Amino acid sequence: MKPFELVVREHSAAVFAVCRVLVGPIDAEDAWSETFLAAISAYPKLKTMDNIRGWLATIAYHKSMDILRSRTKQNHHENANEVTTTKFVHAANHEAIWNEVKSLPERQRLAIAYHYLAGLPHAETAAIIGGTADATRRAASDGLENLRKRLNREDWS
Amino acid sequence: MSDLVDELSVVDEALSSRLHERLVRDASEVGTLSISYRTVDSPIGTLLLATTSAGLVRVAFENEPEDLVLQELSSKLSPAILYNPKGLDEVARELDEYFKGTRRVFEIPLDFGLSRGFRRTVIERMVKVPFGNTRTYSQLAVEAGNPKATRAVGSACATNPIPIVLPCHRILRSDGSLGGYRGGLDAKRFLLALETK
Repeated sequence: MKPFELVVREHSAAVFAVCRVLVGPIDAEDAWSETFLAAISAYPKLKTMDNIRGWLATIAYHKSMDILRSRTKQNHHENANEVTTTKFVHAANHEAIWNEVKSLPERQRLAIAYHYLAGLPHAETAAIIGGTADATRRAASDGLENLRKRLNREDWS
Repeated sequence: MSDLVDELSVVDEALSSRLHERLVRDASEVGTLSISYRTVDSPIGTLLLATTSAGLVRVAFENEPEDLVLQELSSKLSPAILYNPKGLDEVARELDEYFKGTRRVFEIPLDFGLSRGFRRTVIERMVKVPFGNTRTYSQLAVEAGNPKATRAVGSACATNPIPIVLPCHRILRSDGSLGGYRGGLDAKRFLLALETK
């Protein structure tokens, strides 16, 4: 088995990019950390090294969804108490791109993350996020197209 | 399209190392980090150091490729290995003092987990040969309880997982010649000279 350090070096950036599209730039560090912490503990018992990227991407999906769920709960709680602060993407990051990513339909965000950023085939993306390979292929390209339009930048071509 | 994907993929160096440090910290805390490693400079070349929670488990010389050393640790001990310089600060400090001539005895805990059977018996005896002293392979065979095993003592020295700290450089041939050394004979000569200053 490869030393885990090499696994981190090889996949760190792609997993971070996936997490950032899923939960936004602020929570992405938590999502990445929880993903790799879970991975290093499960890694010694892993049966095969065949698809480490897909394995990490699946863990990242679950950890990111956990974070999104807990944020939603927090927001409900904050609303109930009439607290207006939102802890989500807006707080510290002003880059338009992350606000636009956040406003994409969830399936498009997921499809972009797993196909374009993690480099997984559509069939594998479908296995992680549900649906058919064809549908995730469409979601990925529609998502990117949407994002490009919303950013209204002609130079993304 | 690819420009947009690039923009979504960018992760800068500072962020990467911050994430890595946090992983090292978190995994140490929950006990899932099995082996930490780093490299240090020394007068006999770059040394790779690896430690488990029990102690220093491996010292590798520059002539041993890093990927092979890490691969060996991964298959023999655990693949839960991370680059963690801070986890080896104490070891690096003692080695530095040794090379400067201000330390004669290492106090860091050791992990003999890479050695089994007779080889382990040999290195357990070897560690008792004091700074500035030498033994012959056959003397060490006697001390390890098997006078006929001179050759096996030789191979235990040649595969010593923690050279320098486990002083296989203090073991010589009966005729006074150097014998072999994992880090090359120049390194062995250097260490013997360092200890006779």
